[in-house]
Amino acid sequence: MRLVRLAETARPAVAFTLDGAPATALAGDTLLTAILANAEHVRTSEFGDGNRAGFCWMGACQDCWVLVQGEGRVRACSTYVAQGMAVLRP
Amino acid sequence: MTVAVVGAGPAGTRAAEVLVQAGLRPVVIDEAPDNGGRIYQRPPAGFRRSDGDLYGTEAHKAQALHRRFDQLRGAIDLRASTLVWDVRPQQLLTLRDGRSETIGFEQAILCTGAMDRVIPLPGWTLPGVYTLGGAQVALKTQGCAIGQAVAFLGTGPLLWLVAYQYAKAGARVAAVLDTTDFATKAWRTGGLLRGGRTFLNGLRYVGWLRWRGVRIVEGVVPEAIEGDGEVTGLRYRTRHGTHHIACDAVGIGWGLKPETQLADLAGVSFAFDPVQRGWLPVRNEAGRTDIRGIYLAGDGVRIGGADVAELAGARVAWAVVEDRGLPVDHAAVARLDRALQRQAKFRQALDRAFPYPHRLAAGMADDTILCRCEAITAGAMRAAATAEVNRTKALTRIGMGRCQGRVCGPAAAEVLAAALGCPVEQVGRLRGQPPVKPIPMRTAAAG
Ligand SMILES: Cc1cc2nc3c(=O)[nH]c(=O)nc-3n(C[C@H](O)[C@H](O)[C@H](O)COP(=O)(O)OP(=O)(O)OC[C@H]3O[C@@H](n4cnc5c(N)ncnc54)[C@H](O)[C@@H]3O)c2cc1C
Ligand code: FES
Repeated sequence: MRLVRLAETARPAVAFTLDGAPATALAGDTLLTAILANAEHVRTSEFGDGNRAGFCWMGACQDCWVLVQGEGRVRACSTYVAQGMAVLRP
Repeated sequence: MTVAVVGAGPAGTRAAEVLVQAGLRPVVIDEAPDNGGRIYQRPPAGFRRSDGDLYGTEAHKAQALHRRFDQLRGAIDLRASTLVWDVRPQQLLTLRDGRSETIGFEQAILCTGAMDRVIPLPGWTLPGVYTLGGAQVALKTQGCAIGQAVAFLGTGPLLWLVAYQYAKAGARVAAVLDTTDFATKAWRTGGLLRGGRTFLNGLRYVGWLRWRGVRIVEGVVPEAIEGDGEVTGLRYRTRHGTHHIACDAVGIGWGLKPETQLADLAGVSFAFDPVQRGWLPVRNEAGRTDIRGIYLAGDGVRIGGADVAELAGARVAWAVVEDRGLPVDHAAVARLDRALQRQAKFRQALDRAFPYPHRLAAGMADDTILCRCEAITAGAMRAAATAEVNRTKALTRIGMGRCQGRVCGPAAAEVLAAALGCPVEQVGRLRGQPPVKPIPMRTAAAG
């Protein structure tokens, strides 16, 4: 699964890094969108049952935590991507 | 001391409007960066789609609400991007950008809204599976579809609305699978017709999807979302046997459930609602609760939809105005009460037309993950079953994960009730704990 951008594609590009590798998003993307436009998952369950990619998109399920350098743990669905952000997938 | 309004959706906006009209300057707090709540959520700056594209038939309501909110900005103390994480007597504990602040209040109106009610099934934790509301948020506020070929599974008005919005926006809808059979819905249609446009819109979405050739199946029993590491398909049963459809993403949801954690922390009493099959905070028609200074409105109390939320928000604000000894516009209150009574009849019909398929939840296989926070199975819960949900929670940790049982709560209660052979209301309810959402440890300690 990958997100499919259907609209609002004329926004300026934003460069960030995902697990150290360069990646591109669009201004106004949440980290959930930014990551899932580049990769298949946002985190790995610490209980050994595989990868996760968020669930509710509205800050309720807490299944989208990622690490942002300098900010620590954030919810990907409630955090906007910013130029130069270094995102690590736990 | 001030009046606080938590939530700037339809209910919170109309509450603030009445308070300002009465000469008050409420503090309005929302975790989101801007107003609108769920249905009328505003996209980030720089997005260009029209209100018609974003809100469809409800565009004029969204515009009216946004316009009103913009006019109120100077007259309210707006705290956006601010989470209320605990309620103490006359105090809200908030967090913004890592900084905590205690906001004192004399009256607080909680308009906290709702989230999707889900039923776990095998494969529901795979990347590519989202709530129906989540699928809608992706489209509305990010311009994205959750996959190339999206199946929608569940029941209720949101199922058809989101499928329609996806197809309309150019996404490929692989199927719409409704667990309610057509007969149930048709039988309840009498009451639904009272809802006028809302119901007719629903019929229009179904008709349009059929006309577009989207596969629509009613009365399905879902078996599993398939895939190894990612979604590849969905398996379900009908009277005619087992079927399979290929898809790379799935949106699931069986109606909504209110976000009641703050009301719970405030100490408001709860009662079991047999129609919505859940524990709901108790308030009277005006929105007053048994806790002095705590008032409730909108989908955060009982799912009623956006129109009801607007009416209830205005109504509860008049109760606050009255309790502060200020003049009340009694004609306006009478109009609101009449409108709320009319809406209640429609809502009852809607709840009955799309019943929560609790047997589906109760019967989930032992190896199905029930709690996605900590990957705890339905079998583990059955093995630990004791007569009260908070005891079982201590034994299995179900409801103690990061989401505090927001996601698994309703289904967990059904599994437990079935395991104990008692009605679901007898297993009690999960209690809210501060903080209502995870926050940095030092904030909680300092608060
Ligand atoms: C994802 C989703 C999508 C929906 N889409 C539709 C739709 O398309 N059409 C439709 O008719 N209905 C839809 N609904 C139903 C919708 O909930 C109601 O119709 C309507 O939005 C209810 O208004 P409200 O003011 O009661 O709550 P909401 O609009 O949900 O507003 C509640 C607000 O409170 C805030 N909040 C909650 N808790 C806290 C806290 N602790 N601290 C700070 N802020 C907080 C939230 O951020 C939110 O902005 C949707 C519901 C969900 C969950
Ligand atoms: S996707 Fe549910 S909290 Fe982010």
